[in-house]
Amino acid sequence: MIRILSLAVLIVLWTVAAAAVHSPLLPGPAAVAEALVRDSRSLALPYHLACTLLRVVVAFAIAFLLGLAAGFAMGKSALVDRIGDPWLVILLNLPALVTIILAYIWVGLNETAAIAAVALNKFPNVVVLTREGTRALSAELEEVAEVFCLSWPTRIRHIVLPQLAPYLAAAFRSGISIIWKIVLVVELIGRPNGVGFVLGSAFSLFDMVTIFAYSFAFIAIMLAVESLLVQPLERNASRWRRKAA
Amino acid sequence: MQVAGAEKLLELRVDSKVYGSAASAPVEVLRDFTLGIAAGSFATLVGPSGCGKTTILRMAAGLDRDFRGERQILRSARVAMVFQEPRLLPWRTVEDNIRIAMHAASMAGDIGEWLDRFDIADQRQKYAGELSLGQARRVAMARAMSIGPDLLLLDEPLVSLDDVVAARLRGELRTIADGGKVGILLATHDLAEAVELSDRLLFLGGKPARVILERRLSIPRSHRDRNTVSALVEEIRAQARSARNDDRS
Repeated sequence: MIRILSLAVLIVLWTVAAAAVHSPLLPGPAAVAEALVRDSRSLALPYHLACTLLRVVVAFAIAFLLGLAAGFAMGKSALVDRIGDPWLVILLNLPALVTIILAYIWVGLNETAAIAAVALNKFPNVVVLTREGTRALSAELEEVAEVFCLSWPTRIRHIVLPQLAPYLAAAFRSGISIIWKIVLVVELIGRPNGVGFVLGSAFSLFDMVTIFAYSFAFIAIMLAVESLLVQPLERNASRWRRKAA
Repeated sequence: MQVAGAEKLLELRVDSKVYGSAASAPVEVLRDFTLGIAAGSFATLVGPSGCGKTTILRMAAGLDRDFRGERQILRSARVAMVFQEPRLLPWRTVEDNIRIAMHAASMAGDIGEWLDRFDIADQRQKYAGELSLGQARRVAMARAMSIGPDLLLLDEPLVSLDDVVAARLRGELRTIADGGKVGILLATHDLAEAVELSDRLLFLGGKPARVILERRLSIPRSHRDRNTVSALVEEIRAQARSARNDDRS
């Protein structure tokens, strides 16, 4: 309730400010809503949102799967860890913009380069978290698996993944919020569609209404992903924990 | 000493077991230990805590292969172990904990039977992390039995349980032992428990540990009432004491 009230205050403040300034550089909520409806009708908004979301999902899936495998290997084997760690440090400290530029220059201005650049930005973060999780795996339960001759799929599903779940959830959360910001940059620099592209062209036209409209649409979608997908998944994964006292 | 005709499930020979770490000097914890387990036999390792019982069980289970000696196990033998801490999967229900083990052993049997036998049917849907220690121990025991083991390794499975539950679990162990198919190796510090259940006692002592006394019990389990057990305990305790003294002198 308080959250809704707080949000309402924000909108009121915005309306008042827009009316006071009365400039095309700060459009009011009404103008932005109108643009949202207009672009939804013309299907421009859904199209660009879909392009961006698709890139987010694909890049995220790639980063997550590769990061999981690499992080697990590094957590299990000290040798792999020693070999991989310097690479990881470099990747972690590589600015997103540099990755994007390099990808576009080396691979070309295409979808592959865009996806690869985003995935490469997220990848080291997944590796680090998975590695931590793997190091914390219980040796006791591994012995149980050994004695009872559990198969590898069974071990992964019932023993390893439940223990990694909090780490993966952390990677997922931090990932989903960071990755879409990077996708926008990728689109701004070198894609002919997507929210980033629209924001870029709106910027060059000083079209503030469009910038506001697309930003809000995207924020709304990410909030929906968070509350409809991430939080229920987390709740489900931590069902077994005793209710915190 | 070997029972004629009975096939050995497990033969363990430990010439020497050394624990060492980078930080401390290596310590030899066990020397010249041999143990054979045949189907239907029930051996117990007795000794104070820290004398190496768990180490031996881990070597018997194949979890610890870092020792000088040899471990031979019948290739088809199915091994189950009840660890000192129950070691259940806290994020799975009681039912699933047992089912996962049964599934891995391709046992198709009814899970309800095991829940009933160990009196945990009411906890069936609970997560293993929500159980009391006594309940968790029973689930661990049910999990081990449910896979139809040929060799059952038990590491102090009855410690810190209340008397009723402990008596019930001892009853279950007796039933399995009387079935004559399963080879059992139990580690305990409770001599009365060992005398009540097993047919061979191995006393461990000294540093590094070795068997200071081996004793066979030929009285059938069904004849071991309370008086017989306590008389035997006294007798064996005296033997063990003198064996320990001989050992020192």
